[in-house]
Amino acid sequence: MVTNIQKSSGTMPKWAQAWFALTLLVMAYGFYAAMTAPREATMGNLYRVFFYHLPHTILSFVFPYLNCGASFLYLFWRNRNVERAAAADAFALAAAEVTVLYATIGLATGMLWGRAAWGIWWAWDARMTTYLLLWLLYVSYLLVRRLSASGQTAVVSAVLAIFAAIDVPICFMSIRWWRTQHPSAVFGGGSNSGIDPSMVPAVLWNMVAWAMWGAFLIGMRYAIERRRQRQSNAHALGFLGDEIGNNFQEIR
Amino acid sequence: MNYAQQVLTHLRKDLRLEWRTKDSINGMLFFALLVVVVLAMAFDPASYPTMTRQISGGLLWVALLFAAMTALNQSWARETNNNVLDAHRLSAAPASALFVGKALANFLFVMAVEVVLAPIFTVFYNLQPLGETWKLLIILPLGTWALVVNGTFFAALSLRSRNRETLLPLVLLPISMPALLAMIQATTAILTGEFEPTLWIKVLVAYVIVFTTACVLLFQTILSAD
Repeated sequence: MVTNIQKSSGTMPKWAQAWFALTLLVMAYGFYAAMTAPREATMGNLYRVFFYHLPHTILSFVFPYLNCGASFLYLFWRNRNVERAAAADAFALAAAEVTVLYATIGLATGMLWGRAAWGIWWAWDARMTTYLLLWLLYVSYLLVRRLSASGQTAVVSAVLAIFAAIDVPICFMSIRWWRTQHPSAVFGGGSNSGIDPSMVPAVLWNMVAWAMWGAFLIGMRYAIERRRQRQSNAHALGFLGDEIGNNFQEIR
Repeated sequence: MNYAQQVLTHLRKDLRLEWRTKDSINGMLFFALLVVVVLAMAFDPASYPTMTRQISGGLLWVALLFAAMTALNQSWARETNNNVLDAHRLSAAPASALFVGKALANFLFVMAVEVVLAPIFTVFYNLQPLGETWKLLIILPLGTWALVVNGTFFAALSLRSRNRETLLPLVLLPISMPALLAMIQATTAILTGEFEPTLWIKVLVAYVIVFTTACVLLFQTILSAD
């Protein structure tokens, strides 16, 4: 592990730089597609925020499951493989943070759009409430990570991540149980849902762009968290003295 | 000893501890009563019977939720005295028996508070329910269990954290939100008689089953977290 610290030069690997550049290109094309898509019949140009609102909201329902999966892996590896468990924990943290980021953007774009389209910033309808709940759940997850005792942060947050992930579909299903002001689900929401075929490319390009961006952010955050873990490990071993510390490294 | 006997032993221990001090129940009862009175300051319950029916379900559950939270924070603190919790970890009994026993004890405490609080609520708020009142006998225990099972679990989760009292509501409230919605909707349905509570009772049942399972399965992990 010590050698790893010396190796990391502080720059991204080549493939990550390529991924970043590609993401920017797709994002730029997505922006072009969103701005040149035909005007919407009733909302005019106003609806274009939809091309950003939709990817962020859909993706912020995907990332929680990366977080949940990583948490399961953490609990599985906890007593079997310490190194992998630490990696899973770092990934869970990265996924949760990006979830909160995307949900915040989804909420913000939704509120802006709602103000312009419905005349109100916020309505307590089922979909918006459940989405706000998703946001609250993962903010509370991040708070727990901060507040829990240092030795058990990973376990406590992994368990909480599983609870949160169970909670998400229960919230999501309430859309079908409660009256809603939000337009019915864009995909698979019945005969009145859906979008005009001419808008599909713009939706898909933006979807891909923001998914790539999310993956990039998670990767970055994961790398940073792994570096922090290595640093605190090295710090802890430093207290044992160089000799013992180095021996301990070899044994592991 | 089989599993049920172990649960029963834990339950009996918790009930006995509570019987000796009566800290939790007295604290919860008075706290809930205070919340009811404070909420009555916010609006005039006796003069607007229709509005009272519409919001009383929510107020009752809010009072109970806050009251339960004060007791839940204490329920594991008992086990940390004299390192009893470490003894539990060493014990051959499954950790989930400890959890189920304590959750059942907390459930009984909160139910006891409800039995006292519900008549007080009806009198103070001049409530005349328009729906089928007997269904409250299903909704109250279900809702209470939904709050208490997660509450007991998360109280154990935040046991060794820095600021335990703050952490519990931060975790419990977001997770309990669907259950709260369901129990408030179901209670409001019965008080106003405007719609059927059946759907929300089903939501509560699903929630209770899912989260009880999750709590029982994951409690071992939490108990041996460090």
